[in-house]
Amino acid sequence: MALRLRSQRAASGAAKKPAPQAPATIAAGPPPDGGIKRAIVAILVDNEPGVLARVVGLFSGRGYNIESLTVAEVNQAENLSRITIVTSGTAMIIEQIKAQLSRLVPVHTVRDLTAEGPYVGRELALVKVSATGEKRIESLRLADIFRARAVDSTIDSFVFEITGSTEKLDSFINLMAPLGLVDVSRTGVVAISRGAEKF
Amino acid sequence: MATAQMLGAEMVIKALVDQGVEVVFGYPGGAVLPIYDALFKQNRLKHILVRHEQAAVHAAEGYARSTGRVGAVLVTSGPGATNAVTGLTDALMDSVPIVCLTGQVPTHLIGNDAFQEADTTGITRPCTKHNYLVKDVNELARTMHEAFYVARTGRPGPVVVDLPKDILMTVGTYREPDDHAHRRYQPRTQPDPARIAEAVELIMNAKKPLFYGGGGLINSGLKACKLFAELVQLTGFPCTLTLMGLGALPASDPRFLGLVGMHGTYESNLAMHDCDVMINVCARFDDRVTGRVNAFSPGSKKIHIDIDPSSINKNIRVDVPVIGDAAAVLEALLAQLKARRFKPDKAHLAKWWKEIAGWRARQSLRYDNSNKIIKPQYAIERLYALTRGAKDVYITTEVGQHQMWAAQLFKFEQPMHWLTSGGLGTMGYGLPAAVGVQVAHPEALVIDIAGEASILMNIQEMSTIAQYRLPVKAFIINNQYMGMVRQWQELMHGGRYSESYTAALPDFVKLADAFGARGLRATKPGEVDDLIKEMLAYDGPVIADIAVDQTENCFPMIPSGAAHNEILLGPADKATTPVSEEGMVLV
Repeated sequence: MALRLRSQRAASGAAKKPAPQAPATIAAGPPPDGGIKRAIVAILVDNEPGVLARVVGLFSGRGYNIESLTVAEVNQAENLSRITIVTSGTAMIIEQIKAQLSRLVPVHTVRDLTAEGPYVGRELALVKVSATGEKRIESLRLADIFRARAVDSTIDSFVFEITGSTEKLDSFINLMAPLGLVDVSRTGVVAISRGAEKF
Repeated sequence: MATAQMLGAEMVIKALVDQGVEVVFGYPGGAVLPIYDALFKQNRLKHILVRHEQAAVHAAEGYARSTGRVGAVLVTSGPGATNAVTGLTDALMDSVPIVCLTGQVPTHLIGNDAFQEADTTGITRPCTKHNYLVKDVNELARTMHEAFYVARTGRPGPVVVDLPKDILMTVGTYREPDDHAHRRYQPRTQPDPARIAEAVELIMNAKKPLFYGGGGLINSGLKACKLFAELVQLTGFPCTLTLMGLGALPASDPRFLGLVGMHGTYESNLAMHDCDVMINVCARFDDRVTGRVNAFSPGSKKIHIDIDPSSINKNIRVDVPVIGDAAAVLEALLAQLKARRFKPDKAHLAKWWKEIAGWRARQSLRYDNSNKIIKPQYAIERLYALTRGAKDVYITTEVGQHQMWAAQLFKFEQPMHWLTSGGLGTMGYGLPAAVGVQVAHPEALVIDIAGEASILMNIQEMSTIAQYRLPVKAFIINNQYMGMVRQWQELMHGGRYSESYTAALPDFVKLADAFGARGLRATKPGEVDDLIKEMLAYDGPVIADIAVDQTENCFPMIPSGAAHNEILLGPADKATTPVSEEGMVLV
């Protein structure tokens, strides 16, 4: 993926971290590192020029990983955009990512949705398949099972629109591969917490 | 709120004045001509013309660090801005509050590869705390005020305001700074009482405690340093300081163990390794201090006081993080300790001090003096001894061996009198920083303890020094090598001194003459005192060239990738194991 930035550091850094210390009666920072975890970080920022570059530059400059990134304005009145980044790292690195993001001046709120309770995460993909005959019918049948919609069709192609978890999209795309997969366009994950609470 | 109509360029000057700026360090150019024109027509703001934009930022750093105020810089677009980048990065690494105004091509030309155009906000994004491109003259005043607020609030840092020329030449509405703080950038300054209680609990039960003070104390200000000294005195705990923190506790305090880290004292590093409670006050567990992180102070509970939450658990996992301004946190700690009638555990503390006395007895800063050749340590010791009479002594340094010797041997009794490039390690920092300090403190004695290689990186500032008749003294520890590079090549690269010898150095005495300064030279130990006395007696700028032992190495030294208890004390002390492959890749 184009946005995968120097992911080795996160991985090799993990091996060199200090051994977990004896459990303290005092509440410490993040728990001892338990290996690499995936995290969905939601960031509310001022919608101003350069703000995305600040966030992305922070990730590349400090060697953090970006698996996917989405951004759009979510509050026109207050001129706020929401950035959703799927990243990975040890608990210590995820804590750092949050702390580093929080100190950027245009950043309002940073939340690690994966760590803060149940959330809904969705991705949308447009999947182009070119096939005729039995393969074409099979692709349509699978699309039905996955609740993908054909949003474009020609005599020898479909464009399917599918939403769901990253895993669901992955398996749909994998199934399309032998049936004439031509191209894929994905949005990356957007996520929101479950329940009435904000964020 | 008072408003007025004026040109953008006039707003820039007015905003600087309204922010309390008295001096701006700068260099003119096409894009900032309107500002220089507005500058010409007023007399409230003083401008110091440097000879290179990097030096403008370092001078502003010197000004800021020695006064506690925000340093102001004014440079032109393109090369003016790119030349400032090293200074900005230096200020970011050492948390120095700077507002740097950069010219920019007119807004309609941005993106056209216009003459002297550079993507300044793009280039400076990772080397500033924040930056702005002003595209509306009516936003100019607010942006300027916000820049000062961001630069000085929380963990201080450099802020760039990029000013397109057409904005400077347009009339708009000026707004005076208002007292309403920035609507969202509001770093936490008051500590969480629960964390204070946890910290107090650890302090009260400590048997082998250690204070580890850093540059944040100096940034927080005199009040924080005073409270810190009070806390050290109240507890009777030993205290070590980082390179940036020197002066936060008077060096004459018997509880002060000296510098910590790669070239810190034996007692500081061993105490750090063996302590059971470490109280980190505004230091950042920098790799120069920690050495190998998985062997860093393995048996201690760690309290970390810092205003920047991203400093917590970045390099070293801590047990009690306390987010807040140093002064507020120290005040709360002292209040709690007093309320709980804290009495140090005398028996354990005495035992701990006895252990430390054993390490102190090793006299890790000792060196073999010579009566034939000037030892660099001797030159700095004599400089220290002979400047005791002076009222107010400020020391700046370049980067390398001389910097470490100065940090080890010069004793600082008060904060804000020691200025050095710690985080970035910028050769060429010391001379322009001395310019800034001398401008801020015209009566003070300002000495740049320099290396002959470093000082050449910004030697052009001798011209600035001449122009403003600044009595800055450059005290060059001249070993004709990039000494620290040479030392590493000796210890780690089999003595292959690749490109670390400077074959064609200038004659510094003649160079001084060329810049209208006094040039002095000492080549024998017996000449050092006379040279220093002559330097101090002269009321103008001096370049003092001290020809020192070319082979002297800086000890103690914790080899890269090693732990604190693997410290080397001197040339006879060979590392028990060769530097590991992991250590070799470290800087």
